[in-house]
Amino acid sequence: MKKVIVILLSVFSVAAYAQPTADEIINRVDKNMSAENQVVESQMTIHGRRASRTITSVSYTVGDKKSFTEYLSPPREEGTKMLKLEDQLWIYSPTTDRIIQISGHMLRQSVMGSDLSYEDMMDDRKLTDVYSAELTGNEEIDGRQTWVLELEATVPDIAYASRKIWIDRERYVPLKEELFAKSGQLLKRSIMSDITRVDGRWYPMVIVYKDMMKQGEGTEFKITDIKFNQDIPEYIFSKAALKQ
Amino acid sequence: MKLAIKLAFKNLIGAGLRTWLNVIVLSFSFVIIIAVKGILVGWDRQAKNDMTEWEIGGGQYWHEDYDPYDAFTLEESHAPVPGEFTPEIEQGDMVPVLMTRGTIYPQGRMQSILIKGIDPEQTLLKLPTNKLDTAVAAIPAVIGSNMAKTKKLEIGDYITMRWRDANGTFDAADIFITGIFTTNVPTVDVSQVWIPLDSLQSMLLMPGEATTLTFRNREKARQDTGEWKLMTFDELVSDIEEMIKTKSVGQSIFYIILLILALLAIFDTQVLSIFRRQKEIGTYIALGYTRRGVVGLFTVEGAMHAILAALVGAVYGIPFLIWFANKGISLGVSSADYGFAMAETMYPAYSLGLIAGTTILVLVATTIVSYWPSRKIAKMNPTEALRGKLQ
Repeated sequence: MKKVIVILLSVFSVAAYAQPTADEIINRVDKNMSAENQVVESQMTIHGRRASRTITSVSYTVGDKKSFTEYLSPPREEGTKMLKLEDQLWIYSPTTDRIIQISGHMLRQSVMGSDLSYEDMMDDRKLTDVYSAELTGNEEIDGRQTWVLELEATVPDIAYASRKIWIDRERYVPLKEELFAKSGQLLKRSIMSDITRVDGRWYPMVIVYKDMMKQGEGTEFKITDIKFNQDIPEYIFSKAALKQ
Repeated sequence: MKLAIKLAFKNLIGAGLRTWLNVIVLSFSFVIIIAVKGILVGWDRQAKNDMTEWEIGGGQYWHEDYDPYDAFTLEESHAPVPGEFTPEIEQGDMVPVLMTRGTIYPQGRMQSILIKGIDPEQTLLKLPTNKLDTAVAAIPAVIGSNMAKTKKLEIGDYITMRWRDANGTFDAADIFITGIFTTNVPTVDVSQVWIPLDSLQSMLLMPGEATTLTFRNREKARQDTGEWKLMTFDELVSDIEEMIKTKSVGQSIFYIILLILALLAIFDTQVLSIFRRQKEIGTYIALGYTRRGVVGLFTVEGAMHAILAALVGAVYGIPFLIWFANKGISLGVSSADYGFAMAETMYPAYSLGLIAGTTILVLVATTIVSYWPSRKIAKMNPTEALRGKLQ
């Protein structure tokens, strides 16, 4: 009997300390962060060398294939709309009253002068589909315990050959991400903060993107309001909605 | 006719200061037209020479998707170098160049550049590619002086360069500046980094591929081949020719004004001569000259201004133009500002065609303005003219 108790205890203790696999962690993060649909109001502050400018927008997203964004301010950007359907992206500019499809090399351009490219926004493939992940350690970030995951690309057509992600062990939210070139050179870093519980899920309300090879403070993306699983009319995700 | 010329010459010299003033003004036009046109001819010659030496050789093959005015085409414009060119490449008579877009970060500033890969052993182009054959920890690179100046780079600097391979995956590495060259051809200098072809091919995952092929022999008969489009020397320099043609039109306005001033003076002189020399005209006719003969005499007299102007112009113009050709003229702008091959100091070149053309132009123009007022003589009543009555 004593022997059985010892075995059971050791099994439980192993189970208690067993770490999930990297793929399991990523899946948990996906589950936490993704919703059927979401409506996000945000402020994007682009820090330049001399001045900073803030762009506010509202985005409607269904799954990871459909997204519609309307820029609300400053006046120069007001009324600009962006529609993403699958792997296609259109932009409507009110000044020219024209819809332009962003494709090919144009996807590599910066979004509104920020540290983000259209391509960064467009890549909606699941991380587990294009990277092999490995749990490489534990680290503490701002008092939160994190898992450190290292991801290596498994497909050739990918912008970043490897990534490193720090995931909050308790909340399953990424707190930091680094994107690397093939040579191992650090290219971009994102820092997520102000983790808030919204509709039962933890969500980073502030993300700072930084091109690590460039001087400056990067681009701050701040969510001012986020709602999950709303009734979003289907017509929003059509080219006709861009001109409305 | 001989008598008419002799008479015209005597009359002309007899007019004294008035003639010489006209001749001097006309000779200015002569010299200035030749000098200004000489600059354009010199520029044309210099630009073509520089382009041949630095960039286009005797002509090029371009990948069919390559457009030098659209850097975004570079992602698609590359293909393996056709096997038929291998002997020419091995003999050093053809140089493949692979191009892609990239980014450098000098002092943390993000700068878009064109990365060009070239064989370090090539001798076809004047680029100091031998400096790429240097064993350093980073990728050896040579840049032009304009690039060095605008990006604040020096020999021995390490800078990080970022690019994307054929799959679109980012990659980054340090480059080491092994040489800086000075050229008048901005299209091999501005915002460009030259590195060894092998390195770029492996960086981009494009082994054996190129974007352009520059060949030495201009005379050899060639044609498009596969994905490669033939760009003849004439096609490659057509832009500069068009530019010079446009400049030439603009500058001609300047010397046309000068020429008009000189011709106006001659016209004025002719009108005055005919008005004041009516008795003389009447005498000529009374002595048996035909009216056409008298018109011819006055026309020759006027046209002779051009001959004298050519002679006077030659006296001071030849030493001036020779000095000018040696000294050149600095326009104070660099080729990078213009975007065309253009030396900072331009040396005029004078061809026989230019001198002969200018002489004929001035002679014809002077003859026309001399003939124009002389036509009045044909309508004159000789008796009235002999009496000196105003008509």
